[in-house]
Amino acid sequence: MSLREKGAVTGVGETDYMRGTDRTPLSLQLEASLKAIDDAGLRPTDIDGVIPYGLGAVAEDFVTNFGIPDLRFSATTPMGGASAVAAIQCAIAAVDAGICNHVLLAIGRTGYSGGRIGMRVQQMPQFRVIGEFEMPSGAIAPAQLYAVMARRHMELYGTTSLQFAEIAVGTRNNAMLNPNATMRRPMTVADHQNSRMISDPLRLLDCSLESDGGAAVVISAADRAPDMRQTPVLVMGVAEGHPDSPSAITQRPDMTTLGLAKAAPRAFAMAGVTPDDIDVAEIYDCFTYNVLCQIEDAGFCKKGEGGPFVESGAIRLNGRLPVNTHGGLLSQAHMAGMNHIVELVRQLRGEAAAQVAGAKMGLVTGYGDMGDGSIAIMRRA
Amino acid sequence: MTGYAKLVPTPTADTQPYWDGLNEGRLRLQSCADCGKVRHYPRPVCDACFSMNVAWVDASGRGRVHSWTVTHHAFHPGFKLDLPYTLVTVDLDEGVRMQAQLRRLDAGELHIGLPVRVAFEQATEGLALPVFMPAE
Repeated sequence: MSLREKGAVTGVGETDYMRGTDRTPLSLQLEASLKAIDDAGLRPTDIDGVIPYGLGAVAEDFVTNFGIPDLRFSATTPMGGASAVAAIQCAIAAVDAGICNHVLLAIGRTGYSGGRIGMRVQQMPQFRVIGEFEMPSGAIAPAQLYAVMARRHMELYGTTSLQFAEIAVGTRNNAMLNPNATMRRPMTVADHQNSRMISDPLRLLDCSLESDGGAAVVISAADRAPDMRQTPVLVMGVAEGHPDSPSAITQRPDMTTLGLAKAAPRAFAMAGVTPDDIDVAEIYDCFTYNVLCQIEDAGFCKKGEGGPFVESGAIRLNGRLPVNTHGGLLSQAHMAGMNHIVELVRQLRGEAAAQVAGAKMGLVTGYGDMGDGSIAIMRRA
Repeated sequence: MTGYAKLVPTPTADTQPYWDGLNEGRLRLQSCADCGKVRHYPRPVCDACFSMNVAWVDASGRGRVHSWTVTHHAFHPGFKLDLPYTLVTVDLDEGVRMQAQLRRLDAGELHIGLPVRVAFEQATEGLALPVFMPAE
């Protein structure tokens, strides 16, 4: 039993990404969904499964707006930024079990125009323990909570802010090639180093954006995919992983190792490939440090060697492992990683704005809350 | 509570003894009443033996620095006047970890393993919060 190549991404869609809108998250989510469904060559009524991002629209919104006659499967995967990729596993399990054929994964948010992160997290169940025991002392937002992981990594392994800068600058360079990226002005290492400190060691330009927009993908049963409009992108391996004691960052026995370290070996084993086979990687970049740590935990280098790895230029568009070719959460838009799935699919179809030449196989990761991880390895059929 | 603009905890039946302890100037930790394993933050089940029988013990209040951050941006308006402030993560001698604000030390002096001890500050009526300061 394995989910290997039992499901495929058959449609992707995004709204324009913005910093400022009067529209509702629901409207943005539905627009992106319609685009993904159309991209797949389906009609909205063909959708028979839906996994909305945890905050926002519910399954009933899709039934009502699309007139879906028989929605057979609905779920949420509430893992913060790991939700979107974890939903791929959930969707493929559902299609492989024969429950449904076409599962819509969708997010819409007004992170820029609506409530900001410091307020949003107070509403999230995953932040309950933080809310009681750490927020009263002033540890509230992810930038503060995750800074503690970054500091420990720096102290143990000699990781530097300049290595974080390399991630920020490389990601911005990719965004500059993407018409649907919100941050397209050039960034230098000096810009990064001069940006104001948010929560040491994380500076403003180590932090992801607050964005308005929507993104969606359609996951179909692999045996349906060949007859559909697009060349399918097959999911070879997929997994989610949770670190030990993940109620708070500070409670994890090893705060420099993420749930991805458990998920990645399972996903690679399912796919039957190794990190060396990966042509392009879309890695959840809520903060620069999280990219560095996930590069280690996904197996591209050893623990503690993420700094030198990125410093070598490996993750640039022309490097040996191009990362976040769309501009990521750092410079394209923060769509909780649904945009990372969209971008990986476009890369493997050969239609990305910043195309990696000859990309045949790639991976996408999610990172959420207190260290939850998710990963999907895909190839062009 | 009038005028206190920061975030306040909402204790539950599982956690109330911890907050009561802080108000009495004590750092109380849960200890499994069956196997004795100490755990923190407070929660209903022992992850070693799955017992739900809880005892509470007074911590020594001593520990060592595990990591830290210095916050320069107010993510909640109540903390604006505190900026910048240092949050320090501490391994207590009892083998559990917690986070609190740092006192009486410049963040530049911090390093992993630095000995610290807990103290208590009355944040507002009915709410005391732990802080850490150098052990010496």
